[in-house]
Amino acid sequence: MNGNLLWVAFSTIVVKEIRRFTRIWVQTLIPPAITMTLYFIIFGNLIGSRIGEMGGFDYMQYIVPGLIMMSVITNSYGNVVSSFFGTKFQRHIEELLVAPVPNWVILAGYVIGGVARGLAVGFIVTLLSLFFTDLSITHPFVTLSILFLTAVVFSLGGFINAIYANSFDDIAVVPTFILTPLTYLGGVFYSISLLPEFWQGVSQLNPILYMVNTFRYGILGVSDIDVTFAFGMIILFIAVLGGFALHLLNTGKGIRS
Amino acid sequence: MELALQIRGLEKTYGNGFKALKGIDLDVKQGDFFALLGPNGAGKSTTLGIVTSLVNKTNGSVSVFGHNIDTDLTKAKLCMGIVPQEFNFNFFEKVEDIVVTQAGYYGIPSAIAKERAEHYLKSLGLWDKREDRARQLSGGMKRRLMIARALVHNPKLLILDEPTAGVDIELRRSMWEFLTKINEEGTTIILTTHYLEEAESLCRNIAIIDQGDIIQNSSMKSLLAKLNNETFILDLDQDLKSVPDLEGLEARLVDEHTLEVDLPKAHGLNSVFARLSAQNIGVLSMRNKANRLEELFVELVEHKGAK
Repeated sequence: MNGNLLWVAFSTIVVKEIRRFTRIWVQTLIPPAITMTLYFIIFGNLIGSRIGEMGGFDYMQYIVPGLIMMSVITNSYGNVVSSFFGTKFQRHIEELLVAPVPNWVILAGYVIGGVARGLAVGFIVTLLSLFFTDLSITHPFVTLSILFLTAVVFSLGGFINAIYANSFDDIAVVPTFILTPLTYLGGVFYSISLLPEFWQGVSQLNPILYMVNTFRYGILGVSDIDVTFAFGMIILFIAVLGGFALHLLNTGKGIRS
Repeated sequence: MELALQIRGLEKTYGNGFKALKGIDLDVKQGDFFALLGPNGAGKSTTLGIVTSLVNKTNGSVSVFGHNIDTDLTKAKLCMGIVPQEFNFNFFEKVEDIVVTQAGYYGIPSAIAKERAEHYLKSLGLWDKREDRARQLSGGMKRRLMIARALVHNPKLLILDEPTAGVDIELRRSMWEFLTKINEEGTTIILTTHYLEEAESLCRNIAIIDQGDIIQNSSMKSLLAKLNNETFILDLDQDLKSVPDLEGLEARLVDEHTLEVDLPKAHGLNSVFARLSAQNIGVLSMRNKANRLEELFVELVEHKGAK
């Protein structure tokens, strides 16, 4: 297929993916908006007013970037894992497999679909946060690029999860037992400088810490970690996860007999 | 003439050790209407799965219109449309969206895709349902939707894996007419079916696969010529109490006015009519009893199984 045909195939997958999560917006866009509003009210307003400052900002301002990033992470992951597993489960993955769409285009299409939902939810949560605090972006390029790259990382993660999944239980295991703990321990609600030195070291093994802190740096201008190193790590994650996902597609793991 | 499909030494062993294909060879000529028959689990769907790249082969080669699927898969895929045995579309999508999206996977721009979707949905009687979700369609409509989807990129080879399973007779016949029409217009068709009447009336060439081997590959005409006997059912103009004398031919009464006669191929029907007439028995109507292909199919498969 030449470039033009590849573009049509790629945009077809992306449009299909966007159509899917907008068609079921009550399941995909509303719940994170409600959850994050509750976080803003309970943690930001009620509890946050007693906590005082964190990293030189009031607590609400401090947690808003982390909560936006948390919603981007969970929704980009959740979109791809449920969509691609559903495609496998209902066997309409065969529509793609019989067509002359290269595997990298399939992967790119699903990943951008996940990014689209992650960013859409991130945008909604950002708008909601404006009801609770003032938000000004210190480094717009860092903010937008880290948002995009993080959504890519977790869309790739969701894709790999969906390839290995054989049941609906399998697509819930990683978000419940890995993603949620890592997100909560990734500096969404606190600065790792509050932790003892040992746990600060352990926290630095958590990839989500880099994403949350880089995003916070983009908005507030403060971070617990080196932002350049964080970008390097995230790009490395994308390369490794992307390469692995493509390898799985090429070998037909979970989708070809 | 160019071959639409060429298979050589195709083998498939599944992960559990089951050998589904044991090195089959198969040629399907361009423009053919070809039947691939076999009992359940014989290897038909595995063969078609490998051709359409849904199943990884263990050994052998497959070429579609000269494009080897190992070295030139993209071009091979562009030549093929597949209608699978199971429904494999998104039940929550709209009918038209399913067809247009499939066209997009083949790189067909949206405007052209919509025109083609309209053409095929109209041809298959689904245009009125274009805004419905796929889950709302009846079983027959779902099958036709899969045919429209398979044709939207105008493939030269259409592969149908039991397309009329569970479809009522009227709809089945309208699908036969549609398939005959597109075959006459130049589309090569490969069909698997359990309705042997369907294969006999539509297909010019046939292969029978059993236990992973091709046990018969010939023209439909030459295969049917192998039949030694045919059975006819005669509706008589009067009630009979016993089987009339038919000069040694096997015959039996189905009921008082219906006679079943086994006739060797070389034996003409005239002598049967003459003999009945001599006994003052008139024949009101006559029909062939069994599906001829079915007899042969059972014979071939049972013979293979007995070996």
